[in-house]
Amino acid sequence: MELFSQDKIYDFMGKRKIFISISLILIILSLFSIFTKGFNWGIDFKGGIEVEVRLPKPVPIGEVRKYISKEFPDAIITTFGSPREILIKMSVKKVSPSIQKDIGIEIKKLLKPIGNVDIRRVDIVGAKVGSELRDKGIKALIFAIIGILIYVAIRFEWKFAIASVLALFHDTIIAMGAVSFFHVEVNLDVLAAILTLMGYSLNDTIVVFDRIREQIMQSKIKDLALLINEAISKTLSRTVLTSLTVFFVVFTLFVFGGEIIRPFSFTLLVGVVVGTYSSIFIASPLLIWFGFNIDDYRKKLIEKEKRRKEKERMRKMYQGGVV
Amino acid sequence: MMMKKLNYRLVIFILATIFGIAFTIPSFLGKNPKVTLGLDLQGGMYLVLGVKGEAAVQNKIKTIASTIKYLTQKEDIFIDNLKIQKDKLSFELIDKNDAKKMDEILKKFKGIKVSKQIKNGSIIYTISLTPKEIQKIKEEALKQAILTIRSRLDAYGLAEPSVTQQGKDKIVVELPGIKTEKEKREIKKLISSAAHLELYLVDDEHHATTPKEAAKYGDILLPDKNNPKHLWLLKTPPVLDGSMITDATVGFTQKTNQPAIFFTLNSQGAAIFADVTGKNVGKRLAIVVDNRVYSAPVIQERIGGGSGQITVGSPEEAHILAIALRSGSLPAPVVLLEQRSVGASLGADSIRKSMIALISGFIIVVIFMAWYYNLAGIIADIALVTNLFLIIAIMAIFGATLTLPGMAGIVLTVGMAVDANVLINERIRELIREGKPIKVAIEGGYKNAMSAILDSNITTLIAAIALFAYGTGPIKGFAITMAIGILASMLTAILGTHGIWQYLIDTKKKITPKHFGMKV
Repeated sequence: MELFSQDKIYDFMGKRKIFISISLILIILSLFSIFTKGFNWGIDFKGGIEVEVRLPKPVPIGEVRKYISKEFPDAIITTFGSPREILIKMSVKKVSPSIQKDIGIEIKKLLKPIGNVDIRRVDIVGAKVGSELRDKGIKALIFAIIGILIYVAIRFEWKFAIASVLALFHDTIIAMGAVSFFHVEVNLDVLAAILTLMGYSLNDTIVVFDRIREQIMQSKIKDLALLINEAISKTLSRTVLTSLTVFFVVFTLFVFGGEIIRPFSFTLLVGVVVGTYSSIFIASPLLIWFGFNIDDYRKKLIEKEKRRKEKERMRKMYQGGVV
Repeated sequence: MMMKKLNYRLVIFILATIFGIAFTIPSFLGKNPKVTLGLDLQGGMYLVLGVKGEAAVQNKIKTIASTIKYLTQKEDIFIDNLKIQKDKLSFELIDKNDAKKMDEILKKFKGIKVSKQIKNGSIIYTISLTPKEIQKIKEEALKQAILTIRSRLDAYGLAEPSVTQQGKDKIVVELPGIKTEKEKREIKKLISSAAHLELYLVDDEHHATTPKEAAKYGDILLPDKNNPKHLWLLKTPPVLDGSMITDATVGFTQKTNQPAIFFTLNSQGAAIFADVTGKNVGKRLAIVVDNRVYSAPVIQERIGGGSGQITVGSPEEAHILAIALRSGSLPAPVVLLEQRSVGASLGADSIRKSMIALISGFIIVVIFMAWYYNLAGIIADIALVTNLFLIIAIMAIFGATLTLPGMAGIVLTVGMAVDANVLINERIRELIREGKPIKVAIEGGYKNAMSAILDSNITTLIAAIALFAYGTGPIKGFAITMAIGILASMLTAILGTHGIWQYLIDTKKKITPKHFGMKV
C-alpha cells in the first residue's frame, strides 16, 4: 500500500504564512483559556479528598447528593464513567483529621439507605504535598526541555535546537490549552502525558530535520524553502504512518482505557495531532525565519565529512602497515 | 545446512524472543520472577507520612532533663527551676561548690552545648543541642520511625508491607492486599500513633488552667483521654518514658475486669520506677500515652519488679496500643500527608480495561502494518510481539512495578515501536524506486534510517528520564515501561527485523518490491 506518491514535492513552505497564522491563533486561544479559565487542578496538585463509590444499582445522583450532604455539605458529587460509579470530592480543610481517617467508613454509613456500596478508592492528599508535587512536576518539565535542547544542539545545530524547542512549546501550549478549555482534570498523569508528547513531537520534528540535513549534503539546491519542501515530502509518508499508529493506540486507550486514565489519554490524543502538524508545518518554517544559512551549514558538514574521511584514511594506512 | 544461513542478528533476536517468552510466562502463572502489580492495579493502600523531626529533638531535651533530675537527686546536688523551653533547658545550681560535681554529670551527655551564668551566688545552666546533634537526632528519628513502623506492621500480620524513605523527612508505606475499611482504620492508627508512653507525677499542690500558668510551676497541662475537657496538671520532666519498656501484653485488670495493657520495664526503668514510687507514696502517678492521660492512680506503695498497667477502653484498642508499645515508640510523631487506597475491584477493572486497550490497539497496529507494508509489515509485527514480551520479562527480572500509567506506557510503546520499522521501510522503498537491487536497498534502508531512529529514541528517553527522576509512584511506573519499551524496540525493530531479512536473502528467497507493499 502506498498513500503518497514519492516523486511529488508538495509546496509546504509556500503556504507557511497560513500555517503560522493558524498556529498563532491556536496559541493565543490556548493562552487565553489558560489565563482566564485556568486549569481544573486535580487532587495531586491541589490536595483534597476523593472517594470513588460503586452503587449496587443505578441511583439518581440527586439522591446520593442528599445523603452525602447531611455530613459533608461542601462535597462535589459526580458520576464517574457510569451511573453506578460515583465520585465524591471534598476539600481537606473542611473535613476534620479524625473524620478523614475513617472517611471510607463514614461515606459507606451515609449511603446505607441506598444499599451496601463498594468503596472503590479513597485518596487524601494534604495541601502541602500538592504544592510539592507541583514543584516536582515543573522541575521535570524544565529538565526535559533543557535536556532535549542540549541534545539537539549537539546533534544538529543551535538553530535546529531552538526551532525544535519552539515547536515543542507550540505543541505543549496548545495541548495545555485544550486541557484547560475542556476542563480536563490536571493530575500527575496529565503531566506525564505532556512530557510524553514532548518526546513524541520532537521525534517527528527530528526525523524531518534529519532529512533536511541529509538533503543539504546531497542535493545542490540553494533555496532553503525548496529544500525543506523536498525533505518534508520525502518523510511525509513516514510521518503520517507513525502518527497513525500512535493515534490508533492512544485512541483505543481513550475509548477503552477507563475513566481514571482518560485525562492522560485525552492530552496525548491532542498532542499526537498537534505534534504531527507542528513537525510538518511549524518547525521547519521556523528554520527559515531564523535565517538559517544553507551554504554555511553545507560547508560545515562537508568539512566534518572531510575530517572523518581523513581519519579513516589514516587509520586504514596504519592498519595496512604503510606509513 | 540451515544453521549456516543463520546470521548473528537473527540469533540474537531469537535468543531475545526465547528470553522474553521464558520470563513472561511466570508472571501469568503467578510464579516468580513475576511483574509486581502496583497498588492501583492490585488494590491496597499507599501512605505518605511526614516525620516531625523537631519533636524528636524536643523529646531528647526532655529525656536529658529527666536524667539530670534523677542523677542530681542521687548525688544530692540541689538544683531548682528546671525548665524546658522547646529546644533547650535551663536550671539553677543552688550551691556553687557543687559545680565540679555538676560538670562531671554533664560530661556524660554527648552533643550538648552548656553555657553558665552566675547570678546571686547560684549558677544558671542553659543546655542546648549542637546543630550536628540536632541533625543526627532528626536523621535517626526518621530511620527509627521506619524500623518501628515496619515492625508494627509485621506484628499486625500484613502480607508484604513496604516501608521506605522519601526525601529527608518522609516515609512511604505501601500495603498491598489490605481490604476492609476496618483494617485500613486500624493500620492507620497503628502507624500514626506515636505510642509515646510517659509517666508523670500529678501536681496536686498547684492549680492552673492555661499552659502559661502551668509553666510558672514548671508543670504542663495534658487532657484526659476519656474526657478531653478535663486537664491534668503534671510535673515536668516525666519520671519515665516508654523507651524503657521491654514488653507489653493485653489482659484484663483483676478487680474491675477492664481491658488493660501490662507493661514491663528494663532494669534501668525498673530502678527509676521503684525509686519514684517509693518516694511518692500517696501521690498520683499519671500514665500518659501520646500526650493524653489514660489514668492517674494513687501510688499505694513502692512498686518494685518494674511492671505496670494501663487501662484501656476496649480490647481492640488494647491490642493496637500493645503492638505499638511493644515495637517501640516513634521517636517523633508522624503526620499523614497523603493517603491513597484502591479497592481490589477497581484494580481488577483497571487491569481489564487497560488490557482491552492494549489488545485492541495492538491488533489495529498489527493489521495496519501488514496491510501497508505486506511482508515487511508482518516482520515488523513479529518484532513488536517480541518487544512486548521483552518489556514484561525485563520488568519481572528487575522487580519493577507495573502501574496503571505503566500499562498506558506499554500501549503507547506498541504505537511508537513500529516507528523504527516505518522509517526503515520507507527508506528501503525509496532505494527500490531509485532502481537499486532489493538486497542493496534493504542494507541501505537500515543504514539511512539509523540516525533518525537513534535521535528520535534518545529524545524520548530524555523525557522518560525526566519523568522518572521527578515523578512519584504510578508515574514512575509509566517512565519505566516507556524507557524499557524504547530500549527493547532498538533491539527488536532494528536488529531483529534486519536479521530476518538477511536470513531471507541468505536462503535465496525471492524478495520483490511487492513484499514491501509497493505497487508494481
